Amino acid sequence: MTRYIIRRLLAAIPTLLAMLTMVFVLVRLVPGDAAMAMLGDQASEVSLAALRAKLGLDQPIGVQYLAFLRDMLGGNFGVSMSSGRPVLEEVARVLPYTLELTASAILIGAIFGLPLGMVAALRRNAWPDYLSRILSLTGLSFPGFVSGILMLLAFAVYLRWFPVMSTASDNFVDHIRNLALPALNLGLIMTAYITRVTRSSMLNVLGEDYIRTARAKGVPPRRLILRHGLRNALIPVVTVVGLYFGTLIGNSVLVEMVFTRPGLGKLILGALQARDYTLLQGLMVIFASFVILVNILTDLIYAVVDPRVSYS
Amino acid sequence: MTVVSEPIPARKPNVVLQTLNRNRLSWVGVGLLALILLSAIFAPLLAPHDPLQQNILHRLEGPSPEFWLGTDSYGRDVLSRLLYGTRVSLLVGFLSVLIAMTVGSAIGIFAGYVGGMVDQVIMGLVDVMLSFPTLLLGLMVAAMLGASLENLIIAIAITETAPFVRIARAPTISAKRKEYVEAGRALGFSPLRIMGVHILPNILSDIVVVASLWMASAIRTEASLSFIGLGVQPPTPTWGGMIREGFENILSSWWLVVFPSLAILLTVLALNILGDALRDAIDPKLKGES
Repeated sequence: MTRYIIRRLLAAIPTLLAMLTMVFVLVRLVPGDAAMAMLGDQASEVSLAALRAKLGLDQPIGVQYLAFLRDMLGGNFGVSMSSGRPVLEEVARVLPYTLELTASAILIGAIFGLPLGMVAALRRNAWPDYLSRILSLTGLSFPGFVSGILMLLAFAVYLRWFPVMSTASDNFVDHIRNLALPALNLGLIMTAYITRVTRSSMLNVLGEDYIRTARAKGVPPRRLILRHGLRNALIPVVTVVGLYFGTLIGNSVLVEMVFTRPGLGKLILGALQARDYTLLQGLMVIFASFVILVNILTDLIYAVVDPRVSYS
Repeated sequence: MTVVSEPIPARKPNVVLQTLNRNRLSWVGVGLLALILLSAIFAPLLAPHDPLQQNILHRLEGPSPEFWLGTDSYGRDVLSRLLYGTRVSLLVGFLSVLIAMTVGSAIGIFAGYVGGMVDQVIMGLVDVMLSFPTLLLGLMVAAMLGASLENLIIAIAITETAPFVRIARAPTISAKRKEYVEAGRALGFSPLRIMGVHILPNILSDIVVVASLWMASAIRTEASLSFIGLGVQPPTPTWGGMIREGFENILSSWWLVVFPSLAILLTVLALNILGDALRDAIDPKLKGES
């Protein structure tokens, strides 16, 4: 197992390097350059040149690239152009909000999605199946902000169950009330994904020989479904949750915007509006590294859940 | 063209009709899509008002016999803007997927056919592309290129190229070992001819089916980017842009956000229903599962 973990980590190194290269290229594709973006069109050549020298933009591209790699791999993400604070500090400040939101969404998705998917598979081509399939397809079709706005309209504006705008609060009850609608919104989208995968995965498993054998041996239905069926059906579900983690954070950008919640999404939008390239570059690197890490973790969980995955 | 169509197995041309007949829900998708397409084409005839005509006397009016879906904060007719907005959504969705499909499939077929180191490098890059979520990547590219119709299409196309590389590569690898490809190679056909004339037609149906699912995703991304303000710029009506503008008056004027929301939802849902049914039909593993 240790060897498997080491191998998996080593395999991530080329991915990480390629990702860093891509971010480097993307940021340099911007029309004009960072110095022009910071100082505006009216800036004099002298001040532009001074800033370029300060940012290292006057160096040959190869030197810039190596400096970039050294900084990023060393965890030195630079200082935000707009706020003057270190990028890492900016991210650390809002990360808990986004993590809280995505974790609740995954939890909600698992609580509702797993049973729905299982029922759909067990009652295949009957009304629970049709219902769950239509619901999950609808859930998949919602852009995160559309469902968010509709929920905001229904539960905050008309029913007044929840606040329209999230505010920072130390009070636990207020905190949960602020979290509830955004989490439910993302959670329902997650439910749709998990329902779908659970259903098709469960259907695959139920068709396997070992299920027929277990049934023939007289294993009670409850035990058959939970122990023999669900446990095996969970493997693809874990993978999908891992894969959708990135999508989930992407969606959280919009959800944070709709519910005026602090978080990574708001930070990204702010960086885009302010043309804060160092912050943007740092955010992209941190974000993509996070997704790569989650992918590794997913693979490892996969290996734990499914003993058949070979560690070699 | 006759040369191109020869290697297609007899089963495939009927796949669409078979699927539609077997899965009744998919007719709902086709019907919805037809309606949406018609409203895009005939928007100038169907729209009761000029979508850009401001009317200060009728600001923020709710649905009424004159303005069926109400008016926005400039007094413009929401229904007319919604109908014209269909054009932008469909255009962006279709063109971006077409570009992503063409470029992605070409790279995928190339990677699968050539194999070896080239394949590994390309697939490594694809994995990296996939580690950025569609929306965030689109956001970055759109922000860097600047907001316009062309840039929006390019940004969305870039985010959706990587999946097509994957989709095209896998069947290419299995097609590569088929007798007809070996025969072609033995006859001395150029690799380009083998890839274009012998492999592409055989994997085309797989790619096109997935394209309908990605078009749903493209329309969703377009709406999201327009909502953020990185889409086609006002006053051109777009669904996401309408929601963005209406969001400011959400407390008093629900119709500004609800109707464009429903339009986006129905369009994406219709494409998803159709794509789903088609995918079930061509994926032999899911046969009979409908």
